[in-house]
Amino acid sequence: MFAKPTRPGLERGLLLLIGLGMLWCQAALAAPKIQTWQTAAGAKVLFVAAEELPMVDVRVVFDAGSARDGTQSGLASLTSAMLTEGAAGLDADAIAERVEAVGAELGTGTDRDTSFARMRSLTEPEAFETALDTLTKILSEPTFDPAELERVRQNRLTALRLAEQDPGDVGQKALYQAIFADHPYASDPSGTAESIAALRAGDLRAFHRRYYGAGNATIAIVGALDRAQAEALATRLSAELPSAGPPPPLPPVPALAQAQVQQIAFPSSQTHLYLGQPGMRRGDPDYFALYLGNHILGGSGLVSLLMEEVREKRGLSYSVYSYFLPLAQPGPLLMGLQTQNAQAEAAQRVLLETLTRFIEEGPTAEQLEAAVKNITGGFPLRIAGNSKIVSYLAVIGFYDLPLDYLEVFPDRIRALTAEEIRDAFKRRVDPSRLAQVAVGGVTESNASLTEPMKADALIEPEGDGSVAEPEGAGAAGGQG
Amino acid sequence: MMKPLFAAALASVVGLFAAQPLTAAEGDADSQVEVAGLPSSAVKVREHRLDNGLKILVKRDDRAPIVTSQVWYKVGSSYEHGGITGVSHALEHMMFKGTERLEPGQFSRIIAENGGDENAFTGRDYTAYFQTLAADRLEVAFELEADRMRNLALPADEFAKEIEVVKEERRLRTDDDPEALVFEQFNATAYAASPYRHPIIGWQSDLDVMDVETLRDWYRMWYAPNNATLVVVGDVEPTEVFALAETHFGPLDAGPALQPRPRAEPEQRGEKRLLVAAPAKEPYLLMGWKTPALIDAEQTWEPYALEMLVSVLDAGSSSRFSRELIRGDRLAASVSASYNAFNRLSGMLLIDATPAKGVSVEALEEAILAQLERLKSELVSEQELTRIRTQLIANKVYERDSVFYQALLLGQLETVGLGWELVDALVERLSAVTPEQIQTVAQRYLTTERQTVALLVPQPLEASDGSAATAMIGSNDDVR
Repeated sequence: MFAKPTRPGLERGLLLLIGLGMLWCQAALAAPKIQTWQTAAGAKVLFVAAEELPMVDVRVVFDAGSARDGTQSGLASLTSAMLTEGAAGLDADAIAERVEAVGAELGTGTDRDTSFARMRSLTEPEAFETALDTLTKILSEPTFDPAELERVRQNRLTALRLAEQDPGDVGQKALYQAIFADHPYASDPSGTAESIAALRAGDLRAFHRRYYGAGNATIAIVGALDRAQAEALATRLSAELPSAGPPPPLPPVPALAQAQVQQIAFPSSQTHLYLGQPGMRRGDPDYFALYLGNHILGGSGLVSLLMEEVREKRGLSYSVYSYFLPLAQPGPLLMGLQTQNAQAEAAQRVLLETLTRFIEEGPTAEQLEAAVKNITGGFPLRIAGNSKIVSYLAVIGFYDLPLDYLEVFPDRIRALTAEEIRDAFKRRVDPSRLAQVAVGGVTESNASLTEPMKADALIEPEGDGSVAEPEGAGAAGGQG
Repeated sequence: MMKPLFAAALASVVGLFAAQPLTAAEGDADSQVEVAGLPSSAVKVREHRLDNGLKILVKRDDRAPIVTSQVWYKVGSSYEHGGITGVSHALEHMMFKGTERLEPGQFSRIIAENGGDENAFTGRDYTAYFQTLAADRLEVAFELEADRMRNLALPADEFAKEIEVVKEERRLRTDDDPEALVFEQFNATAYAASPYRHPIIGWQSDLDVMDVETLRDWYRMWYAPNNATLVVVGDVEPTEVFALAETHFGPLDAGPALQPRPRAEPEQRGEKRLLVAAPAKEPYLLMGWKTPALIDAEQTWEPYALEMLVSVLDAGSSSRFSRELIRGDRLAASVSASYNAFNRLSGMLLIDATPAKGVSVEALEEAILAQLERLKSELVSEQELTRIRTQLIANKVYERDSVFYQALLLGQLETVGLGWELVDALVERLSAVTPEQIQTVAQRYLTTERQTVALLVPQPLEASDGSAATAMIGSNDDVR
């Protein structure tokens, strides 16, 4: 690795600093101290006191994601989007004015597993009281006014049409359909033009009654509050929520029976290539092995294996990555890149060969060591800041992860062997049953993408891992 | 939610690589004003200059045991001339391709092994490189950044691959994104002479002929300690940071201390309009008015008044655009305004919008112009200004949740030539703006003579060979 030592001082310095890294990795880092309890109404609360800044972040998460849409795709997402459009006698203008006049922020969103609301406010009493009161109202007493719904619906339809002009959006939606077929995870949270057009205010009201129950809520709080204040906050937030409890678990996700290939013609200069299959769920026994393995494969930015093979060695794509999105049921393993149409087949081959070889061989000792150092050494970065911590709390609470999840994360990563990673990938990732979507211009040289893929050729190994992907991504995203 | 003060500036930079999954942008900007009713937490920024001219800014923030280190160079696309556009950005990519002592990619591997996050970005006015690390790793970043400040290798074989990556990046960001295409054409039309007319990523034909010698010349001209600012924010002791900087950056030789040629934009003498045809589903409107920046304003209050004017229109859901154009009159699906007082050169106040369903782009343009007329004829209410001031003060607190953005603002203000000290005065200067001043800048600058308007004319997506994109200018095919 340390070639061309022409100025010994620099080389020695770098080696010394890297050596220090090993020592440092052993040092304990205090993970935030999480307090947890249940409100009288039945909401689960996770709280971290952070006194340094006079502000508070609150995130309320419901098992009310698009996986609960049933046959009405987009229902969860439109319901959460309507929360800030009217509640408890306040119209959208009044809600916006109240919140912003005190410098607070309020937003809602939906992903496949959850719908959520988030609030950020100063702890100065008037600001805090106004923000909390408004958050309580939009969650407990949303209006779902039909006239406002009509406006939001039309703008949602426009947004869907904008997504149709983006080859990346087109490809990603098609890939989820291919991976999840009849499972609720197949459809995009934003719905379709047809399904959005069919939704009525009554549908949204019923969805809210069924899924925004206190017993179906996780409340994450980080900020300059003491325990009593946090308890009062959570009690108030959950007191007037609907009484419904949690819905039944989502159905299991079947493995793909066979490889699938879909080519979508698009007038773009690049082909957007997506590959995937069902991956893992939150709390999966293989979680840490798959997380660390993927970090090496395609989850560590510039130094991942995929980046090395596709971009650094061959200049084929600006961006190339892989990730597992762990959900309540197995979410996708997803890989992607974009390259000019004429190179699509070449890039696809490199992507697939890199994956196949990683499954066969697992990481090298050097790759493993580098990735472990990156994740454990970078751990303080992941939990620096209230906004990061509140996202973690929401994930830990919603997915029932152990409270010491953050604390033991570095140890769990350090304990893994290359063989454990190889074994996990071998059992959990099947390159012969990948769903593939290519969106772009069809040229003579990439027409054969429509044929089943072959991954027999091998390429020489290189590269190592680093830079952890955001852990709190599970309950984030959606429409903010 | 209020837009961060520097949202426009951040939106227009081009990064080295995209993290996947994409993380949400955090707030930015910072200062240490006394916040009424809140605990004072003024943290002094410490400044030091090395003999070779490197300016170092250090701000202590011990909330978490981390540090961000950023090197800002005074060079970007506005320093470029025709024929070499994109050279600053291409050079940014090559900064990761080895030095006299380090192999290509080794920089990133060392940062990764030390648990660091890194990236780089190029804007019109700056090129910046950053690492975020555990606080005890700062020296790793210094050693590596000092090395590549003067000893970059620029190997021709690496360049040959990397310029292909840059071309893929251009396809991804611009060529296949209809709204980005409009923005590129808009700048090239609105600016007659100002280097702000160049796309940051460069024109395709310039990228096609770019060679490594052009990069080498560019590197020799601009990469030197006396043309850079080192910004460090985190859990560090300023005097120790200065000593560490002396050790690593101190031995570097100063460079030629060049100034970019002052290519001033001549006065615009009438409205400019353009149509951009591209495959798309929805029309899009982009309008701009030539406005002064703080650096060249005859009246220093004017840029602050323009910032406040933009906030009246678009600083959250309670501001006029959301309240009146999206909700009230239902003319826009989305509409936003932006202006940056803190550019190196004077630029434009921008408004962009997507019409609501069934609304013509002409009707939306008319409604936006009516909003501007109202700013000229009526004084902004005290209630609106009070809300914006409150948001500014709250944002000062929220922004301290991220060391990265605290450093970003210091680096940006220093690099464009305004001086980092301004950070302490921003909220005060913005809050001092009067309704009369907003009216005055509206009357003075938001005039037809200073105006440029671009319309996206959607072309069918169905044609897969891309040829349809060049036809049918003027026929508005926005009906599916």
